Amino acid sequence: MKKWRQSLRLLPLFLAALALSGCGKEGVSALKPEGEVAKEQASLMLISLLIMIVVVLVVGFLFTYAMIKYRKRPGQEDYIPKQVEGNTKLELTWTIIPIILLCILAVPTISKTFALSDNNTSKKSDVLKIKVTGHQFWWEFEYPDQKITTAQDLYIPVGKKVEFDITSKDLIHAFWVPALGGKQDANPGQTNHLWLKADKEGTYKGRCAELCGSSHALMYFNVKAVSDKEFKHWVKDMKAGMKSAPDKDRVLTASAKQGEEVFKNNCMSCHAVGNKGGQIGPNLTNFADRDNIGGFEKHTKSEVKKWIKDPESIKPGAKMPKFGKKLTDDQINALADYLFTLSVKQ
Amino acid sequence: MSVNAESLMQPNQKNGLFSWLKTWLTTVDHKKIAVLYLFGGGLFFLIGGIEAMLIRLQLTAPENHFLTGSAYNQVLTMHGTTMIFFVAMPMIFAFMNAVVPLQIGARDVAFPFVNALGFWLFFLGGIILNLSWFLGGAPEAGWTAYAPLSTEYLGRGMDFYVLGLQVAGAGTLMGGINFLVTIINMRAPGMTFMRMPLFTWTAFVTSALILFAFPALTVGLFEIFFDRLFGGNFFNATNGGNSIIFEHIFWIFGHPEVYILILPSFGILSEVISTFSKKRLFGYHSMVFATILIGFLAFMVWVHHMFTVGLGPIANTIFALATMAIAVPTGIKIFNWIFTMWGGQIRFTTANLYAVSFIPTFVMGGVTGVMLAIPAADFQFQDSYFVVAHFHYVIVGGVILGLFAGLYYWWPKMFGRCLNETLGKINFWFFFIGFHVTFFPQHFLGLMGMPRRYFTYLPGEHLTTLNVVSSIGAIGMAIGVITLVVNIVYTFVKGEKAEGDAWGTGRTLEWSIPSPAPEYNFAQTPLVKGIDTYWKEKMDGNKKVTAAEPLGDVHMPSPSIMPFLMSISLTIVSFGFIFSDKGVHRTVSFAVAGIGIAMMLGCMLVRSIKDDSGFHIHKEEIIETEKGMSK
Amino acid sequence: MSKAENVETIPAHPETATLEGKNKFIGFWLFLGGETVLFGTLFATFLALRNKTNGGPAAHDLFSLSTVFAATVILLVSSLTSVFAVMAMRDRAVGKMQFWFLITVLLGIAFLVLEITEFKEYLHEHLGYSTSAFSSSFYTLVGTHGCHVLFGVLWISTITIQAFKKGITTVTAPKYYVASLYWHFIDVVWVFIFTVVYLLGIAGR
Repeated sequence: MKKWRQSLRLLPLFLAALALSGCGKEGVSALKPEGEVAKEQASLMLISLLIMIVVVLVVGFLFTYAMIKYRKRPGQEDYIPKQVEGNTKLELTWTIIPIILLCILAVPTISKTFALSDNNTSKKSDVLKIKVTGHQFWWEFEYPDQKITTAQDLYIPVGKKVEFDITSKDLIHAFWVPALGGKQDANPGQTNHLWLKADKEGTYKGRCAELCGSSHALMYFNVKAVSDKEFKHWVKDMKAGMKSAPDKDRVLTASAKQGEEVFKNNCMSCHAVGNKGGQIGPNLTNFADRDNIGGFEKHTKSEVKKWIKDPESIKPGAKMPKFGKKLTDDQINALADYLFTLSVKQ
Repeated sequence: MSVNAESLMQPNQKNGLFSWLKTWLTTVDHKKIAVLYLFGGGLFFLIGGIEAMLIRLQLTAPENHFLTGSAYNQVLTMHGTTMIFFVAMPMIFAFMNAVVPLQIGARDVAFPFVNALGFWLFFLGGIILNLSWFLGGAPEAGWTAYAPLSTEYLGRGMDFYVLGLQVAGAGTLMGGINFLVTIINMRAPGMTFMRMPLFTWTAFVTSALILFAFPALTVGLFEIFFDRLFGGNFFNATNGGNSIIFEHIFWIFGHPEVYILILPSFGILSEVISTFSKKRLFGYHSMVFATILIGFLAFMVWVHHMFTVGLGPIANTIFALATMAIAVPTGIKIFNWIFTMWGGQIRFTTANLYAVSFIPTFVMGGVTGVMLAIPAADFQFQDSYFVVAHFHYVIVGGVILGLFAGLYYWWPKMFGRCLNETLGKINFWFFFIGFHVTFFPQHFLGLMGMPRRYFTYLPGEHLTTLNVVSSIGAIGMAIGVITLVVNIVYTFVKGEKAEGDAWGTGRTLEWSIPSPAPEYNFAQTPLVKGIDTYWKEKMDGNKKVTAAEPLGDVHMPSPSIMPFLMSISLTIVSFGFIFSDKGVHRTVSFAVAGIGIAMMLGCMLVRSIKDDSGFHIHKEEIIETEKGMSK
Repeated sequence: MSKAENVETIPAHPETATLEGKNKFIGFWLFLGGETVLFGTLFATFLALRNKTNGGPAAHDLFSLSTVFAATVILLVSSLTSVFAVMAMRDRAVGKMQFWFLITVLLGIAFLVLEITEFKEYLHEHLGYSTSAFSSSFYTLVGTHGCHVLFGVLWISTITIQAFKKGITTVTAPKYYVASLYWHFIDVVWVFIFTVVYLLGIAGR
């Protein structure tokens, strides 16, 4: 009795908390699905939730009734209840009804599981292929048909099926864009498949969902769903950017020119701009066009300078060495200026 | 010689600290070992609880800098590992030790020596693991320790994890075998399998699960160990290894493990609800059947932890359906408990409050379990806070509520005093409400896009409010636990003496003997006439259970320091391997490990040569003791 | 249990005559159940990795049927001799039992010598522990079995020596029995290793 009242009193608190936060933020929350896969999954959650609410209500009702009705009242000390052994009919009822409920639930479970794993069945021209590679603690995106390699910001066209081949360079990560659909693990030495589709233009937050070390919580990326036209434009720009060496076709200020030298001498062993440079760190061809530094920090020069000086102060465990002592403040300023010229937008 | 408040709390004035220490280090009495397990597990519970509070403190605000990166991962890993292996497991063994022999009318367990060894291995395993805090950092790969994170990317902390769990796991395996044999071989006359109290049944099935699940963990840990120490390639993809193998091995152990935890709680509930409803357990036969079925299915469902690994829709669907099937026997249990209460006369003692509150809470954890079993939907749930909420609902809302029910219920039988009811109720309400406030919002956090094991989240993602609510709830749980500690201390000092049948409505054999149970348990082995044999005798107007033998001398096993020494040997081996850096240092550390192994073999040799003939408690002594004890 | 017990009063199956004996008997069978899971997991790992040679030597490059066959025969015969020992124990023939246990131990040692030579040879052919996933899983599986044999040798030696003083009583009989049970288990595991590791390694690529 008391317990029931207590939990009743708690209910408004939960509801208020829920109302305050809505169902999460658009572009972040799986409860605000923006793509076919996420919508299917949300509907599956809803079906199962409804069945489960029925179960909870039935059990809750019987439980509460029994507790109130059969509680010990004063003056009943000598009362001995009837010692019931069981009841075959009742016991069969609560064996069979759950089986029926589960059978009902099994139908969408099976069909949706197969439908959503359906890969490589559409015509090649209808899908966009993207190879995703997880690294400690960033994401690499490769468009094999377009010959584009980029990192952190993932461009996809709205309304088109995008097939991901997901793998990892080091340890196990998991690729998750909650608003567009469920996750897949990125396993070293293996490739997993996943398809997603965005219904609406916008930026969707992606994250890593398998513990991968110190900065597991900071392994964000942005999925930028753009119109088909815009996407084609971006592909063209990127292709041009990938081909041209960093020193060509760019009008640079004096400081940026100095920064380019610094970059060549210090950064290019790991980072590539265009098709020149190392593959260890993220490709920076379109660095200036990105939304965030490291996937989540504000995209400003001061943040990038902080990053160059001491990457681990932003992402603990990041592989990039500290350049705070190796480079002078001047050099770092110049480097930041240079990085902010790395745009492919025409 | 019996366990009571005085002998536990302070060394006997006459014999001093040394004798007190000797008693506890050498005991092979299942009742004393139960106390050791209870306080060992309790100690780690406080440590794991502090770790939980640190986690909630860090997550109270977005982009908080209190505990970040590696430090957070250490706390998180230690919280999970401690709570599963060093809190839930020992608590279960505490009650199995305290209650199972009494419920089946036995004078001890089948292997008292091995029983003590099991405890010391558990305890020193926990100490090894926790020493990592002071010796270069704790493990930080989560309690699941997935490779290759655990093999190639982390430091010495992982060696503490591997060896600490290996030592404790060996102890658990021994405990499991011990209780299987005890229950098979040592039941009193008339105690057929289908007359066993349900707690004993769950202890039996849990022990069977331990026997078949823990060796898989042993192998998994060895493979990590060999990869780390000797450059093995089990999980190294570049050299042909495959990290998915570890996930399979871990969950082939790990899924049965969570049933190992929950089944005894099911058993405790069956006892407590029945006792405080003054009614026999409804549908005993289907309860036993459901327990066995759950135990069996436990081995058939491990892949539901791995739906996103990429095993394909066929494997995923098969395991999804097997997982859903578990809902059926679990549902049977829930309804049987409700119908045990139905038509009864329910008394809301603290023990029963914990027991009845288990029902709705566990149902909530159960239904999210069914939701998680749907692979396509699980792609969203997997590794999010939804999962965190789910497993805390079944492990805290299930296992821990059940264990607390058992704690209040059997405390008088273990210590001869009743825990204070007023403090108990404060303890319950804070813990129960705090629990729901902490974990209910986490369902939504997960769906709103917050993955588990994140040390922080971004502002502006609408995740802050619910995280704050969750942290406030954690304070409630902490107050609840502190009240429990106060209650325990209060009870030792001022607690009311308990009668043999402490609750007045006891049904099973443990209530037919004095509280606390005398060293020899039963002066005469009882003759069991049916389910709830003590209740039957009471209804027939008998004060005592019919005896199956005349009063005579009782044979007891001798205490021994050997279990403790053996455990110390294995601890030495562990430290040898933990500090085996490559190079010159290695010969030294391997030598240390070698010394440990030699000590272990030496202990075994001594044990083999020296036969323990035990000692006898004489008839006269028993009569004297029985007279002096509260009945 | 007391020393007064002499040969004549011992029942036909002394190993399960007392409650302690029965406990040991069932407990050990259950323990072997756990051991089965342990070896099962090692076998599963090996089967998953047996073709991942990482450029190092593969099974069919290394294994020679003759050595392994000899090892198999040795172990199977030792299983038989341990049966003779238990039969002698039931006949209360201490000396005979000790003799057969001694033969068992010697065969166990012969097996170990053979295994160590074999491993040495593989090392010589550049199959180190960390050469490949195949090598790690091979050495771990077969090595774990080898450690079990070693432990069995030590164990049976210990109780055989003790038999001089303690003889055959309801206290010692379960020990002899359980040790021989352990020895049979090791042999069964070896039969699986012989099939899964060696025959499959040589024949089925």
